[in-house]
Amino acid sequence: MNRGVAITGMGIISSIGNTVEENYNSLVQGKHGISRVSAVKTRHRDTIKVGEIPFSNDALVRQLNLPESNNYTRTALLGVIAAKQAVIAANIADKIDRRTGLISATSVGGMDKTEQYFYEYLTDKKNQKYIEGHHAGDSAQRIAEQLGITEFVTTISTACSSSANAIMLGARLIKAGKLDRVVVGGSDCLSKFTINGFNSLMILSDTDCAPFDENRKGLNLGEAAAFLVLESDEMVALNDKKILAYVSGYGNTNDAFHQTASSENGDGATLAMQKALQVSGLRPEEIDYINAHGTATANNDLSESKAIRRVFANAIPDLSSTKAFTGHTLAAAAAIEAVYSVLALRHDVIFPNLNFKTPIEETGIIPVATVTAKKIRHVLSNSFGFGGNCSTLIFSKN
Amino acid sequence: MEGLKQELKEKIIEQLNLEDIAVAEIQDNDSLFGDGLGLDSIDALELIVMLDKDYGIKLTDPKEGKKIFQSIEIMANYISEHRTK
Amino acid sequence: MSHCYINSLACVSAQHTSDNTQFLDEVVVYEKNILHAIPPNYKAYITPSASRRMAKGVKMGVVASSIALKEASIDSPDAIITGTGMGCLIDSEKFLSAIIDNNEEFLTPTSFIQSTHNTVGAQVALGLKCKAYNFTYVHAAVSFESCLVDAKLMLNENDASNVLVGGIDELGEYTTKLHELIHHVKNEEVNTSKLLDSKTRGSVFGEGAAFFLLSGERCTNTYAQLKDVAIVHDLSIGSLQDRVHNFLNENKLSVNDIDAVILGNNGDVDFDDYYKELQTTIFSDTQQICYKHLCGEFNTASSFGFWVASKILKNQQVPDVLKTNTKDVKMYKNILLYNQYRGKNHSFILVSIC
Repeated sequence: MNRGVAITGMGIISSIGNTVEENYNSLVQGKHGISRVSAVKTRHRDTIKVGEIPFSNDALVRQLNLPESNNYTRTALLGVIAAKQAVIAANIADKIDRRTGLISATSVGGMDKTEQYFYEYLTDKKNQKYIEGHHAGDSAQRIAEQLGITEFVTTISTACSSSANAIMLGARLIKAGKLDRVVVGGSDCLSKFTINGFNSLMILSDTDCAPFDENRKGLNLGEAAAFLVLESDEMVALNDKKILAYVSGYGNTNDAFHQTASSENGDGATLAMQKALQVSGLRPEEIDYINAHGTATANNDLSESKAIRRVFANAIPDLSSTKAFTGHTLAAAAAIEAVYSVLALRHDVIFPNLNFKTPIEETGIIPVATVTAKKIRHVLSNSFGFGGNCSTLIFSKN
Repeated sequence: MEGLKQELKEKIIEQLNLEDIAVAEIQDNDSLFGDGLGLDSIDALELIVMLDKDYGIKLTDPKEGKKIFQSIEIMANYISEHRTK
Repeated sequence: MSHCYINSLACVSAQHTSDNTQFLDEVVVYEKNILHAIPPNYKAYITPSASRRMAKGVKMGVVASSIALKEASIDSPDAIITGTGMGCLIDSEKFLSAIIDNNEEFLTPTSFIQSTHNTVGAQVALGLKCKAYNFTYVHAAVSFESCLVDAKLMLNENDASNVLVGGIDELGEYTTKLHELIHHVKNEEVNTSKLLDSKTRGSVFGEGAAFFLLSGERCTNTYAQLKDVAIVHDLSIGSLQDRVHNFLNENKLSVNDIDAVILGNNGDVDFDDYYKELQTTIFSDTQQICYKHLCGEFNTASSFGFWVASKILKNQQVPDVLKTNTKDVKMYKNILLYNQYRGKNHSFILVSIC
């Protein structure tokens, strides 16, 4: 087995907690963060449920001590909070140098501000400061500025697999010796744009989502940000770093079937999982837990189940989707689930797949429905996005 | 009913941006999805919105659309029966 | 260390660039502050059933990728890596206006689906039924360079032999208006042949798509080699010369080894000083080339610059319209590209002859 790339720090903010510890406590206590929409002014507020972070932008600005003249979008605010946590946890805040990179991910970008002031921009000068924050790279730029990262900074946007791809690229750059350290992850906030977008696809549930359930009605959107710090073996040895876990495998493929729907038998998903296993050198039976993509849409959960069957045959590992806790946080999903995967490894626990009652008839897969203690050495995490983008990450114990 | 069928053909061409297809080319009983006109699941969602916006018919389950959108004939019959606009 | 050969290219832009047999033989001069791409014959490349949902950027990307793949005689690449700074603006604007105008009712999904940044990469994969690695980078002026970093990494990892990379950006009418408001786009119309001497703020916005087939193996059609690419988020004008020296030293080269320098001057009086810093000092004796007066400024405009570099190295000739000075160059062996946008997201690319 290839050991992989060391993870030395993590940071997260989601609807179930503002720190890694708070998220962990919510997960083991079965406390989800799904509710009716609160802050976003949408006509759908009473017909959908979301995983909303209960802090206004003003509160986040105060937390970060930003001047009132700032033009941070919510995506950027969340991203900076999580990235700062990660860097502090990894004890590298004062060690950022030219060989420290940042790879972020987002799908919403600055749309939360754009949709607020779209037409008003023409006549209202006061808010024009947000225009330049619309683009997808903006939040990464803010994080880079706040952390003092000055060289390699980039952003990935491949819909719901985005932050898995950020983690993947980070690991590859470290392995190739291009960077000594890299902060990787993603951030997405709730927005009218995505709420209405997913609503127009008729895949939002009006109740708490039920991943892998036969009677699932769709997904709950969420907002979150999470970042991990990856470091090379040299850095770890040099600074005697504590290693939380390793990124030991990764794979990205394309379903090439349809723009939003997954192929019936989950071709892209199957290939991504197989690729990740190949990179890690692990056999399927060595995976102790799958943190599934499990969005609770009719299409994803069925095709992901079939793909899992294809890869693992009759020896399907314990699996759960944590999206019933946090909602589907789009580009941030893979990053927050990476944090959860590492927590699973460190605490030898499988987080429950909430709201599950009846297995999908066609596949019969039964996720782990209650918090379960189990010795976990390797976790496989799936993230599949629009455009057929399929990514799998494998995390291994130190 | 003939007027409605004609209207539906025009709307479908416009809504779904079928630039290379003329109204006359769509037969009443042609299969709209799959092998016929070749529409897909995204088009079905577009037609569901059209049903709501132009005819006041709200479908809550996208699977219902599959039955209704089989052909112009079937669509027209359904709309005549259920329209509120 | 694997080689990284540029085995084919394709470019859709505000100039006549989609025909690979030409190299700016005919130049279009505009009196505008917005340059729209000259459309290729889309129908020759995209079926009506596919094209009906595609906005301009996706169409440009699909055409450019088709041309590049055909020229390289590759049916299906081992990876598809695209870069876009602003993504699919036309569909984003469409969906957002629909949300606001209709008070969130009667919204159709097509423009939402088409607005995701990875739509071009996804459509290319879909058209080819290509299940390979597929990434989209969206980091402002280094979106395209990020693709190059990834592609080079992939070829070195021996994880791919043929990587399709491309930069795409499309103009969104409303977004352009917003950028005029904040003076990122010039408020006055400009004669593009005089853009680089402009003394006003902002630039002239453009759009386009440029794709390249990068490979570890050369072929008869190979244009040049991508030797190195560096992304630097933040750089002061004062540190620029040192940084260039560093980049070249790491490649065992010095300023004297550079036969031409391709710079991203865009006529913005506030930020062209970065380029002037190099033009008046370490590269004052080097053939200087600019291109944004031809294609306009957009986050992936450097892909047009990369196209220019590749063509120069293969043709061993520089069309006069690109030159901002005149030096006698016997042979173009090494070309350095430098770009930045509004003082951030700097990039250095070294391209060399095979």
